[in-house]
Amino acid sequence: MPVATMDGRQIHVNDEGFLTDPTEWNDQLADTLAGQIGIQLTEAHWKAIRFLRDDFAVKGETPAIRRVSIAGGIPVKELFTLFPQKPAKKMAYIAGLPKPRGCV
Amino acid sequence: MTATDNPVDVASDVTPDAAPAIVPNFDSEDNGRKLAIICSKGTLDMAYPGLVLANAALGEGIETHLFFTFWGFEIINKKTMNDLKFTLLGNPATHMPQGLGGLPWMTSMATAKMKKSIADVGVPEIPDFLEQIVASGGHLWACRMSADMNHLTKEDLYDEVEDIISATDFIEKTEGAQLLFI
Repeated sequence: MPVATMDGRQIHVNDEGFLTDPTEWNDQLADTLAGQIGIQLTEAHWKAIRFLRDDFAVKGETPAIRRVSIAGGIPVKELFTLFPQKPAKKMAYIAGLPKPRGCV
Repeated sequence: MTATDNPVDVASDVTPDAAPAIVPNFDSEDNGRKLAIICSKGTLDMAYPGLVLANAALGEGIETHLFFTFWGFEIINKKTMNDLKFTLLGNPATHMPQGLGGLPWMTSMATAKMKKSIADVGVPEIPDFLEQIVASGGHLWACRMSADMNHLTKEDLYDEVEDIISATDFIEKTEGAQLLFI
């Protein structure tokens, strides 16, 4: 597995750049990851990111769009505005989690 | 001694495979890829594949159009969209004796069982799924011929269906798209 240097730290990532160890993640890294894909995190982004982190901690897997909208209370349309084109993957990337494996 | 005291140490601090961040190529699909899905079946089990694939494509940032035709109207007809059914009859993949499928209530039982399995994996019922697809930027179109055959107007259809259009219109709208017929 590759090791990337971000925020002056060594971070374990997979071939695509997703973190492989969620414990290496912190708020500052989220800002860095978001910046790398052209997203400036606002409070609205953070609400989604926090939900992903909390849900992953409980469920052990990254929630897909439907769960973020229903359980996380963020409408699907808003997710597409906040994380354009590929919200599920972009949220997971910024939250330092694996890509969601669910289909919906 | 801090690393900055000795430039050689700085280099040796870095593992051989350490590299600047690897950034996912999220925009690789952003090349005008388009998907057209023709939904022509009206059973519960044949409604979902089109909707799941549409939803997946939208989540990848792909422009997606669904065209509902013939029995596919069941999916967007307000009267039937909540009540799609699954039957054992004519479906040997259930590995049940076909005679069972004809028993009274068997279709209701099979439908209830499938609906539960779908809900268990977190996939919504048809109307909610259509709502999510539209919220994700998907386009829903109804077939003109099917509407005329069944004397249905736009008022009879799910509110987010954009229009009733001819097959020719759909072919025009989906120029260059990849196409799925379900």
